[in-house]
Amino acid sequence: MIILYAGLVLGGLGLIFGLVLSFADKKFHVDVDERVEKVRACLGGANCGACGFAGCDAFAQAVVDGKAKPNGCAPAGASGAEKIASIMGVDAGNSEKMVARVLCQGIRGIAKERYVYDGYKSCMTAAGIAGGPKDCRFACIGLGDCMDHCAFNAISMKDGIAHIDENLCTGCGQCAQVCPRSVIKLLPASQKVRVQCRNSDTARLAREVCAKACIGCGRCRKECQYGAITIENGYARIDPDKCQGCGACAAVCPCHCISAPDTVAEAS
Amino acid sequence: MTMNVLLFFVSCVLTNNFIFSRFLGCCPFLGVSSKVSTAVSMGLAVTFVMTIASLVCYVVYNWILVPLGLTFMSTIAFILVIAALVQFVEMFLKKSSPSLYSALGIYLPLITTNCAVLGVATLNMNNGYSMIQSVLNGTFSAIGFLLAITLMAGVRERLESSKIPQCMKGFPITLVSAGLMAMAFMGFNGIV
Repeated sequence: MIILYAGLVLGGLGLIFGLVLSFADKKFHVDVDERVEKVRACLGGANCGACGFAGCDAFAQAVVDGKAKPNGCAPAGASGAEKIASIMGVDAGNSEKMVARVLCQGIRGIAKERYVYDGYKSCMTAAGIAGGPKDCRFACIGLGDCMDHCAFNAISMKDGIAHIDENLCTGCGQCAQVCPRSVIKLLPASQKVRVQCRNSDTARLAREVCAKACIGCGRCRKECQYGAITIENGYARIDPDKCQGCGACAAVCPCHCISAPDTVAEAS
Repeated sequence: MTMNVLLFFVSCVLTNNFIFSRFLGCCPFLGVSSKVSTAVSMGLAVTFVMTIASLVCYVVYNWILVPLGLTFMSTIAFILVIAALVQFVEMFLKKSSPSLYSALGIYLPLITTNCAVLGVATLNMNNGYSMIQSVLNGTFSAIGFLLAITLMAGVRERLESSKIPQCMKGFPITLVSAGLMAMAFMGFNGIV
């Protein structure tokens, strides 16, 4: 008898709660943008928070609001990003994959050091002390603020500067935001030729602080057949739309601060 | 009466603190305490749910389970009640108060399986509290939880920027801090 009661009571309670909940689902139904639910379905669903939002729902909402990129969800991977891009009407084929790149080659022995920094391991802190531990005020400080903020373990510190593994980088841009020197830039993944220096000082000053600094001599500009290179603020810039990736500029650069496709291959 | 309520409050919040003396609800206490703002939101969500859960569980226990002699079923019935209740509250909040929903909403599903909520219902039952006592016990215990998780979040924010030996970084130092805080709370024993 007691078993019957127990079954009835629990079954009854379950039934009542089920009815109440299904009623509440209809009654309290809130119309949400249907894209939010579709995007939500493409995500990892682990509420891991790697995207920087409070959970998968919050990320889906942010994507629909245009505050987050379709490829922000690491567990969903590239296929998930494509699905989300198609839901959002962004053509995934046209949206160029961006990767973060460190535009500095100032490793130990190349960039002069101003003093030995032995304080709290933070680029932000070091940058505030007498202009930073390296003489070049544009150089990567190399204490790893970007590494700490990378949710995908794509960044490592080598010889005093940051290295980014392009295969792991999702182009979220967290590292570029935290870098106190703005030495990390988001660039198209297909753009292999790049000027790896942002020193805008005059040639003499730039050369004094780093052996691989761009001195703005303009030889690369003369060499480029496509007119892709300009010298602005004392250093060379490559227009990714015009660059064909021939690497002629890298060959003539007297300071070895332009990376060509083959040198990139060697490095990786 | 006022004095009794005050004593009850001190007893629930300080001496019988859910986390530091009963060791219930340790999962959110460690999991959601890395920032003060999120810790406060979580604490408020727990307060909200524990208050309502105390009331509903009292009703289910005393009006359904006791008359039918099914008190041995209390745990499973409470789990059912709490899970359904949290779902309902979440839906209700989403419709009626979007601002409160965005503040508490993401934490509500986490509370469904929080042992502190089940614990308060079981304690109410074991101590034979009346309906008002149960609700007060739920609210005050949850305020104790709120206090504990907020303090812990403050401590952890400090730990972030302090020099900690490599082997103690992260969880070990958090657990040690939690243990020290529990010992500090032991000091309140005997004041009620």
